[in-house]
Amino acid sequence: MKLALKVTEIEQLSPLVKRFRFEDPKGASLPVFSGGAHITVEMPEGDTIRRNSYSLISDPYDGSGYEIAVRREDRGRGGSLYMHRKLSEGDDITVSTPANLFQLDLRARKHVLIGGGIGITPFLSQLKQLDMEQKPFELHYAARSREEAAGLKLLPKAAHIHVHLSEEGARMDLGAILDGQPMGTHVYTCGPEGLIAAVADQAARLGWPKSTVHSEAFTAPPPGEPFDVVIASTGQTVTVKADQSLLEALEAAKVEINYSCRGGVCGRCRTKVIACEGRILHNDHWLSIEERAAQKDIMPCMSRFKGTRLELDL
Amino acid sequence: MPKTEFSPSIESRPTYPGLTSQGSAPAIMVADAAGAEALVDLVATDASVMDHAHVVLIAKAPELAAKLTALTPKALHEAPDLDAATPLVTQILDTAKMGTQLYLAGSEGVIGHVSALAFARGLPMEAIQSEHRGSIARRMQCVHCKGITEDVTTDPFVCAHCDLTLFMRDHFSRRLGVFQAVCVDAETPGVVPATEEIRP
Repeated sequence: MKLALKVTEIEQLSPLVKRFRFEDPKGASLPVFSGGAHITVEMPEGDTIRRNSYSLISDPYDGSGYEIAVRREDRGRGGSLYMHRKLSEGDDITVSTPANLFQLDLRARKHVLIGGGIGITPFLSQLKQLDMEQKPFELHYAARSREEAAGLKLLPKAAHIHVHLSEEGARMDLGAILDGQPMGTHVYTCGPEGLIAAVADQAARLGWPKSTVHSEAFTAPPPGEPFDVVIASTGQTVTVKADQSLLEALEAAKVEINYSCRGGVCGRCRTKVIACEGRILHNDHWLSIEERAAQKDIMPCMSRFKGTRLELDL
Repeated sequence: MPKTEFSPSIESRPTYPGLTSQGSAPAIMVADAAGAEALVDLVATDASVMDHAHVVLIAKAPELAAKLTALTPKALHEAPDLDAATPLVTQILDTAKMGTQLYLAGSEGVIGHVSALAFARGLPMEAIQSEHRGSIARRMQCVHCKGITEDVTTDPFVCAHCDLTLFMRDHFSRRLGVFQAVCVDAETPGVVPATEEIRP
């Protein structure tokens, strides 16, 4: 379901990050959500609609508006640039209702939240939920410098909220964070791939069960070289432009396809490959290593193609 | 007595794959008299599993306690029955750290109850190891009065609390750690099927 909202606030949090607030034009209450949820924002430009998903950073129980924080990616496909340069207070904006692919496991006895850089965003709504439910937690936020740490303006000051700024010599020590946590603790990481892998590795070394280790690598689809795909049912050829994702190109060509997260994590847009002469550039977090190698499936929201022929079962 | 093999059933019915040593990690082991033998067998595969192990023996059996002490765990705690063991196990779980391994052995009642205590503290089910030994008697919860009847070996059986005749089902509550039993003659009062001994 889609919501037609208005941009009511834009705030520069750091040189690269802006906070946006959206509200219903008539002041109606929006659906509440759960900590870690995201919305998909529509960005119409010319004849295409770009859609990016962003974690909600506002209070999950507050239906008066939705807030997101967007980092400007100068080498991205232009979604974040649209948000930073084209959008003004008072503009109309269409967003999806919230969905959550990174929810808290509320059975946990304690929650350890680790955010790197812009990866702090899902935790901003989660910590409000944890406060509300009075669940024990600690949050660790790692950023390069005070200037770049957009999250600083959004985090409450509390003893269980720790900020690690590497430029100030306070690098995050994952061993110290994870060692000695009480039985039944769950850890959640969002940020660069390297951080997610380091947390998983450290947790495994300390004997944490796999299902207590959660992560979300929220990335917008990367740009790349243009390529063509053939739609098996109609024989139609669709060209994917350099700054377009395969999913966006299919949508622009009116090819019906299911989606949800648009970030390669939910699995909804998984599509069968009928013919592949070349190499699929898998950028998702859904397919296994074996599935990637087989080149029988593709996640159109994130992945691209290099080669002579790619035919999809659509 | 060897590890019990149960016949396949519905998905909620717990299975007990057996104990495998995770090496010299901190560990909590809970066993009844029959389950103690599974701990002895576990140590035979890897003696280091006892290096940092707290063992809770739920039995009035000094000779078994001596046998387990000989395996040199970090500590051996004894409790005469499940009720007495509960505060002991709860305290050990409450002070345990992440990375602590949980090994449960014995009847379904012991395994189910201690699993539920650990589950309530956020430990995922797949992180709990278990091995069934000894009696196949079940702890059954009456879904009507919520009372738990111990050591049930027949189907149907009579609820020890509300006297309803209950049908023994494989439906298991992980949260409560007990099988769920439902009135067998609710639609046809007094028409009760013949009582049978349960099988694994």
